[in-house]
Amino acid sequence: MAIELQQVTKKVAGEMHIHATDLQLYPEGFNVLLGETGAGKTTLIKLMAGLEKPTSGRVLFGGADVTKLSPQKRNISLVHQFFINYPNMTVYENIASPLRVAKYDRKEIDRRVREAAEVMKLGPMLERRPQQLSGGQQQRTALARAIVKESDLVLLDEPLANLDYKLREDLREELPRIFADRGATVVYATSEPTEALLLEGHTATVRQGRVTEFGRTEELYRRPEFFETADVFSDPPINSGEIRKEGSRLELNTITWEAPAFLRDEPDGPYRVGIRPHFVSPREEVESPVELVGKVLVTELSGSESVAHFTTPSGNTWVSQSHGVHPFQIGEDHKFYINPAGFLYFRTDGTRVSAAAEMATL
Amino acid sequence: MARLTRYVPLLYILFLMLPIYWLVSMSFKTTNEILSGLTLWPQNFTLENYATIFTDSTWYMGYVNSITYVVLNTIISVAAALPAAYAFSRYRFLGDKHLFFWLLTNRMAPAAVFALPFFQLYSSVGLFDTHIAVALAHTLFNIPLAVWILEGFMRGVPTELDETAYVDGYSFPKFFVKIFVPTITAGIGVAAFFCFMFSWVELLLAKTLTAVDAKPIAATMTRTASTSGYQLGLLAAAGSLTLIPGAVVIYFVRNYIAKGFALGRV
Repeated sequence: MAIELQQVTKKVAGEMHIHATDLQLYPEGFNVLLGETGAGKTTLIKLMAGLEKPTSGRVLFGGADVTKLSPQKRNISLVHQFFINYPNMTVYENIASPLRVAKYDRKEIDRRVREAAEVMKLGPMLERRPQQLSGGQQQRTALARAIVKESDLVLLDEPLANLDYKLREDLREELPRIFADRGATVVYATSEPTEALLLEGHTATVRQGRVTEFGRTEELYRRPEFFETADVFSDPPINSGEIRKEGSRLELNTITWEAPAFLRDEPDGPYRVGIRPHFVSPREEVESPVELVGKVLVTELSGSESVAHFTTPSGNTWVSQSHGVHPFQIGEDHKFYINPAGFLYFRTDGTRVSAAAEMATL
Repeated sequence: MARLTRYVPLLYILFLMLPIYWLVSMSFKTTNEILSGLTLWPQNFTLENYATIFTDSTWYMGYVNSITYVVLNTIISVAAALPAAYAFSRYRFLGDKHLFFWLLTNRMAPAAVFALPFFQLYSSVGLFDTHIAVALAHTLFNIPLAVWILEGFMRGVPTELDETAYVDGYSFPKFFVKIFVPTITAGIGVAAFFCFMFSWVELLLAKTLTAVDAKPIAATMTRTASTSGYQLGLLAAAGSLTLIPGAVVIYFVRNYIAKGFALGRV
């Protein structure tokens, strides 16, 4: 179903929690809300669910205004970050509860509950109580309750955040398949950029109560229109610096390089550059990279990857993320090579100088 | 030293149980034996005292009256406290903290303060000497207590549970009865226990507001003692019996009380 927010705002105790937001969700696949904790993802979800009423603006479901409609009447499902189930009911009754409230007949309920339990791999657990299950199974129960209802809108508020690493990977893989043929619009809130990329669909980046941008996840990652989007959608955090354009040359402190073709017609002056950490390498991997010397502050090794935080000559802290193990000396100066294809150029107001130049890799 | 510490809990329990033992053992003695000197156990074991209580309606009706108003009070207190505690745990409203504190201060006022106004009020509306009068009077300190205990338990239930239920289609009353109340049964058990106990042991209001028809057992005990001399054996038997309801209730809520302690609300 087409879900739309029109100029929706939310003000709590004189404080703007959500600034005027227009958002038209895609009816198929996942609509990921990506943003840090406290960015407003949960508030957006509650506004869609009707658990919070917007201060102004409208919420539309399939073109109909549901702004004043209570959550009970919206035909939606909701899964929280914490494993929320009804502790007084068995797993079976938990999954059946939305159908029981809607007064389906016994046979239909049984068929649907068993099907949902099958999909969520809860078959043998049906007669147990939620407290007797592991965290992963508890969340599966909550998810089963969300799919059994065949609702128009499924809201998943960081459903995997409290799960162990392995369980999280398993479920993340299953989720798109589970929701693929159900015809529901799925909203999935997460604070992890990698999670957004792994789920097929669209992403809205949220920061400080604003949806900075909404689009196909891959497009949004590759070609963010705003610096804020790139900043939200980057893990480790994106490197940024103030640069100056003089004719056909670009300058970052003392380093200069040739401006790409699309920038040549832009006026001279200050610009902002954003570079994702994996375009900054301690090795010379591409032809004619931009070279930069930085003092290494912290290093992290994760088996196949080396991450180094270093200070640039202008005093910014940048991050380099490269394949393989690289021996960094903490406190020493190292030379870093930046792949020019990785530069994202923004005007001083944060909008990107649009470019046809695509990044080579994600 | 190690040997000595082993006896410490034993001594403790001994001292703890001594008055109870004395009461129970007295209840099996004749009044003459009690008055004639110190005996560690009944020399002439008798069930006469208990027989009197269970056959004489002025005695056993005391228990019936007490149980009636205590149960009534427990039901009213918990039923009124449930929605109040829900409001305190879920909503922020103007002066909520002050209201909560004010509610608790009702527990601090001695019952004697209220005895006279209650007597006058209940007499004028024709409630004097009824079970409901005592039950209502006791809600004065039991509702605040129940609200306080229940609020602690309800705060432990995440608001996400409420939200999930609404999204699943439950209306508020349906959610409250079918999901929320069963979720906090432990809290309700603890609250009911304390309401029961405080109402059971409260004597002043119960005595002031009753005469014949709703006279509590404690009042019966004091009056019997003054009429036909000291019937100590009988009194001891009556006292032993008053311990039983409390013991039974404690048995049922013993596991919940630990939970209440963990929440710091008991």
